[in-house]
Amino acid sequence: MSHDSLTVAGRTFHSRLLLGTGKYQDMAQAEAAIQASGAEIVTIAIRRSNIGQDPEQPNLLDVVPPDRYTILPNTAGCYTPRDAVRTCQLARELLDGHNLVKLEVLGDEKTLYPDVTGTLEAAEQLINDGFDVMVYTTDDPIIARRLEDIGCCAIMPLASPIGSGLGIQSHYNILSIVENASVPVLVDAGVGTASDAAEAMELGCDGVLMNTAIAGAQDPVLMASAMRKGIEAGREAYRAGRIPIKRYASASSPIEGTFF
Amino acid sequence: MQITLNGEAYDVREGATAAELVAELELGNRRIAMEVNEELLPRSQFETYQFAQGDRVEIVHAIGGG
Repeated sequence: MSHDSLTVAGRTFHSRLLLGTGKYQDMAQAEAAIQASGAEIVTIAIRRSNIGQDPEQPNLLDVVPPDRYTILPNTAGCYTPRDAVRTCQLARELLDGHNLVKLEVLGDEKTLYPDVTGTLEAAEQLINDGFDVMVYTTDDPIIARRLEDIGCCAIMPLASPIGSGLGIQSHYNILSIVENASVPVLVDAGVGTASDAAEAMELGCDGVLMNTAIAGAQDPVLMASAMRKGIEAGREAYRAGRIPIKRYASASSPIEGTFF
Repeated sequence: MQITLNGEAYDVREGATAAELVAELELGNRRIAMEVNEELLPRSQFETYQFAQGDRVEIVHAIGGG
């Protein structure tokens, strides 16, 4: 399987599981889950520094050092293109010029659904400013194509709302996005358990980005391992080419040679 | 002289530089980035940038997130 790698914006990875670093009990649990998942790309958020607090408290980037992991800063919490662009510029500075970002421009707090017009606007500005943009979007194939057309390096449609665990709600839309795209398509958000991740891979997605499904599991480290296997299994099944679905049986044992 | 630091009023001396503020906050060895009045202030300018009264300063770092 070593030749079956994922390439995003010229960077090559063996793992197809991208992991978020939020919602863990502590840094040690985050670190253990990341290791169990096999993730090589991990997302982070950019927030105000805690002024006046203990400067010795552990730093996330000690747990996921940028020389060992590909850090993918997100624009979570941004509801305007302007805020998303500011966040990416701060992230690039923070990471010494690293220009790969996960863009999300949200439209609504209840659904955390992407604001697609805001997302298109921000993506265009970021690409013009030299960023490699992996973009969180709806499962709308037309919007996905437009995001690819303006130069996004990966299209990341939601399976269902962030943190919902509802799994893939529009299989055929995800399939259409995969069929249309010439850049990697990764399902981002909504995965609940390993079979959801496997399903995304069986549809031909290039990877899955998740956070809550692992961090929120009763045993996050075990779930990280399960997700890793789910993604590997789904990928292998996709590459193997599944049998067609039929309504009626097709015997597995030969009809000839029966003695009864 | 007063600036706004991460949303709160903060006193700095007249002509204080960004580098001085970072040192005062003991953030010198942390991975941070700074914005002044919604524009990125590159680290290379910390030594020379002098705050003006009322500057809105944001200092950010990386935290866990999806």
